Amino acid sequence: MSSSDVAVKSRGMRPTDISDPAYFHKVVDCQWACPAHTPVPEYIRLIAQKRFTEAYMLNWESNVFPGVLGRTCDRPCEPACRRGRLQEKPVAICRLKRVAADYRGDVSDLLPKAPKKKNGKRVALLGAGPASLVVARDLMPLGYTCVLFEKDPRGGGLMRTNIPPFRLPEKVLDEEVGYIVDMGVETRFGEEVTSLKALLDEEFDAVFVGTGAPRGKDLNIPGRDEADANIHIGIDWLTSIAFEHTKKVGKRVVVIGGGNTAMDCCRSALRLGGKDVRVTVRSPRADMKASDWEIEDAEHEGIPIFDNHQPKEFIVENGKLKGMKFALVEAEYSDDGKRTLVPTGEEVVFECDDVLMAIGQDNAFPWIERDIGIDFNEWEMPDVDKTTMMSTRPGVFFGGDAAWGPENIIWAVAHGHQAAISIGLFCHGKDLKAERPAPGASLVSQKMGIHEWAYDNDYSEDGRFVVPHQDQKITLKDLKAEVELGFDDELAYLEAERCLNCDIQTVFIRDLCIECDACVDICPVDCINFTGNGEEQDLRPRLRVPASNLSQDIYVSDVLKTGRIMAKDEDLCLHCGLCAERCPTGAWDMQQFTYVERQANPAGQPNCMAYIK
Amino acid sequence: MTYMKKPSVRHPDLPKNELGLTRRDYEGLVSTLCAGCGHDSISAAIIEACFELDLPAHRLAKLSGIGCSSKTPTYFLNRSHGFNSVHGRMPSIATGANLANRDLIYLGVSGDGDTASIGLGQFCHAVRRRINMVYIVENNGTYGLTKGQFSATNDKVSQSKKGEANLFEAFDLCTLAIQLGAGFVGRGFSGDKGQLVPLIKAALRYNGFAFLDIISPCVTFNDHEASTKSYGYVRAHNEAMDRLDFVPKLQEITAQYEEGETTSVPMHDGSMMRLHKLDKDYDPRDADNALAILRKRYERGQVVTGLLYVDDDEADLHELLNTTKEPMNAVPMSELCPGSGELEKINKDFR
Ligand SMILES: Cc1cc2nc3c(=O)[nH]c(=O)nc-3n(C[C@H](O)[C@H](O)[C@H](O)COP(=O)(O)OP(=O)(O)OC[C@H]3O[C@@H](n4cnc5c(N)ncnc54)[C@H](O)[C@@H]3O)c2cc1C
Ligand SMILES: Cc1ncc(C[n+]2csc(CCOP(=O)(O)OP(=O)(O)O)c2C)c(N)n1
Ligand code: SF4
Ligand code: SF4
Ligand code: SF4
Ligand SMILES: [Mg+2]
Repeated sequence: MSSSDVAVKSRGMRPTDISDPAYFHKVVDCQWACPAHTPVPEYIRLIAQKRFTEAYMLNWESNVFPGVLGRTCDRPCEPACRRGRLQEKPVAICRLKRVAADYRGDVSDLLPKAPKKKNGKRVALLGAGPASLVVARDLMPLGYTCVLFEKDPRGGGLMRTNIPPFRLPEKVLDEEVGYIVDMGVETRFGEEVTSLKALLDEEFDAVFVGTGAPRGKDLNIPGRDEADANIHIGIDWLTSIAFEHTKKVGKRVVVIGGGNTAMDCCRSALRLGGKDVRVTVRSPRADMKASDWEIEDAEHEGIPIFDNHQPKEFIVENGKLKGMKFALVEAEYSDDGKRTLVPTGEEVVFECDDVLMAIGQDNAFPWIERDIGIDFNEWEMPDVDKTTMMSTRPGVFFGGDAAWGPENIIWAVAHGHQAAISIGLFCHGKDLKAERPAPGASLVSQKMGIHEWAYDNDYSEDGRFVVPHQDQKITLKDLKAEVELGFDDELAYLEAERCLNCDIQTVFIRDLCIECDACVDICPVDCINFTGNGEEQDLRPRLRVPASNLSQDIYVSDVLKTGRIMAKDEDLCLHCGLCAERCPTGAWDMQQFTYVERQANPAGQPNCMAYIK
Repeated sequence: MTYMKKPSVRHPDLPKNELGLTRRDYEGLVSTLCAGCGHDSISAAIIEACFELDLPAHRLAKLSGIGCSSKTPTYFLNRSHGFNSVHGRMPSIATGANLANRDLIYLGVSGDGDTASIGLGQFCHAVRRRINMVYIVENNGTYGLTKGQFSATNDKVSQSKKGEANLFEAFDLCTLAIQLGAGFVGRGFSGDKGQLVPLIKAALRYNGFAFLDIISPCVTFNDHEASTKSYGYVRAHNEAMDRLDFVPKLQEITAQYEEGETTSVPMHDGSMMRLHKLDKDYDPRDADNALAILRKRYERGQVVTGLLYVDDDEADLHELLNTTKEPMNAVPMSELCPGSGELEKINKDFR
């Protein structure tokens, strides 16, 4: 649709305020989606330049466990990645993070140290999972005394006890947990907290509850008690493998559940002697909760998944588990999308030696007294403030899976950072909301000369590269043999080049524009328009390509000389800079937008600060 | 110019035409012209017009001479035929090609230097012979490629970028084309695609010589304060005579205008031009009236644009010569060259 076909309208959308950091932050889809707001495109560029140590430290400052997360992160960034909206697969952001960890140099001198002189504040951290560890990492360099309580003999939480070593080698975890504990955290490992009231009597300035969601769900169907010896709660079973209490399993194993825990259970069973291991799910396959890549890995190891199988009964003979009976079901969806599983009338029996139950986790706080000022809701969950992480009892904070139920590591990290800020403010009598530090942001031109930019703006046409795997002959025999081998630096470079540099923003300077249309004509994805203004719902459908993705903003300029406005659909912008290269007047400039979440200890963010420039 | 190639990735929702193609399928290589050159916008308008007309690219031939403007066929329709000839000689190539194969659509792209200086004689004869083609002049008032000398279309009042005066009067290519008998004459502006794209579409569908003078600012040599071919000047002095809607065959007429103000001009292939007059004095079917208004408005410093003259009944060269309906390159050799016996017979007639 051409410009003069549209009546020039003076009223409509207001010019975009690009001085508000939220505007451009949203354009960096991956960073926006990352709970810890890791500056993804910046570390990907560092990897492309083979500056692995810097890439690692930039990650470490934001997400604390780059080596762990580079193998196990739930990666909310990847479904958000702009590349995925170009009928392609997203950038392998997570596996690039692993490259930074694998190829980094010695970082010990780059890590913040705790000062000799303490600041006199004592903080109790309950549970040594990622959430508590992050609070310690942020507070230790400031001089806090952190006391870490953990019922297990070692730190790491579910990262150690539940994520199997073929996905996450122990050494990788040990290193990154070590970076924190070695700052001088006072560890009370092997000590279960049984009464919060008693702990509060120990005179802590603040308490952080990071005890996770430790109770695996059970199934109360006929035969449960009789067959108990061969029925295992998934997360407890994985834990007992991690501490080498369990070393083998029966030949025929049925796993119940369709989430990631089920995937870890079935793959572990295969390595502990299972020959016929099968996964059963109540729902249709498409509704399974596990991440696609985890399902893929399990199936790649030859594990079949039986969907629409509802557990009915544990079949017991002579007091021993003999098999498992299922009713087959079909999903029916009502008009409002609600699903009901309707039995087809058919039943099947799978004979088996062991059953692993991976049907979810619950929180459990039997050790928190209900009369100490911490309010619990009807689901027995504490009332926790979304911003400050503080419960209704001043000075008691929650984070990670303990706060709002099971999530993942990267959310635990994000909670930890926020809780550390709050604890710092609380210990110094400051307001937890009004005095929270604002994020830092900056915008810097990348122009180096005519058509020369400080970033590589050329577009890679490559598809997503596949991470090489270790031979199954090795991995299926050895629980500790890591399955994924990671990218080597050459593959990493090629994958890094796929990143579109979404942090390099197109900045429009209205007063310089002569409305020559050069940018409109060159843009490979038809983002840019000069047209009459209108309200957003009127403007969107009449752009060169109708802007139908409502989650992506329209960048709107003030009125130009012809009475029109510039309207750019941010949705598919490749950040290729061609608009800026074609503009005769420099009305488009490519500027690096940097965004950094502040932490309790800004001095612990030297790479991020440098990144703000 | 840009060093990287334009990424092949495109918007998944890009509209498709009847042939299942998107406008990006009508592109050429990335332009090497100066950033912001009006010529690039004209290329984009040609792409848009061909896309909207559902033209199969291989049925079109691009012809040009020498100049920045004449380079542009490389930057659009890279699946079409093309011939980049010598300076000012595009009309000869077009004439020859058209005689050999009357079935292709011929699109000539030239500059004001290429047409109004070295190629003026060629241009005049192409018009006179009524070659069935679209002849576009990308008019920037300067010899862009040779670094900014005044061309014959540069207005006398329009100084050079460094302030040198222009000693000579300009001549107006639209006036010339009407006088020489072109059946379709229009003027557009590279900075107004809303007007330009329908003009190009109608010209491509016109049977006969269709001439388009498109003002196209040269950002490097002729886009300054004292120029009358700058973005600023043309925007401020642009006087559109009419508004053209090109209505393809089998498509309903949707634009509604008051009775009496709209003229419908049928095209050869059953499509229709709907002309909506913006200036009540203007009559695009009356050559004398058109010439008078062009002169009067020029004297007021106005740039008259739109479809300026149209004769929907003009005969093209093939009709005048009564050539075979079949393209000559498809006529069997035995008929095309019936042999020396036949030649003898013909020669005998003259003895
Ligand atoms: C099988 C499985 C696989 C997973 N895989 C992934 C994955 O690949 N990627 C991902 O991002 N997430 C994964 N998760 C989720 C992830 O592990 C958790 O979301 C995350 O570890 C939560 O961290 P946290 O700090 O809140 O608590 P946790 O990691 O659960 O740590 C809590 C700690 O508190 C201790 N504790 C509890 N109660 C007490 C008490 N009363 N006294 C003392 N100590 C106590 C526990 O022993 C534990 O060590 C997985 C979870 C499971 C179950
Ligand atoms: C026979 C010949 N004479 C002179 C030239 C030098 N020459 C090249 S382009 C050009 C003028 C082009 O002007 P125009 O057609 O207006 O094209 P523009 O670059 O402005 O688009 C001249 C004189 C030439 N190439 N060949
Ligand atoms: S292309 Fe790069 S910067 Fe853009 S969302 Fe994907 S990973 Fe992030
Ligand atoms: S950077 Fe400019 S030219 Fe490239 S995709 Fe974005 S808007 Fe289009
Ligand atoms: S290329 Fe530059 S001057 Fe031309 S329309 Fe785009 S922003 Fe404006
Ligand atoms: Mg010229």
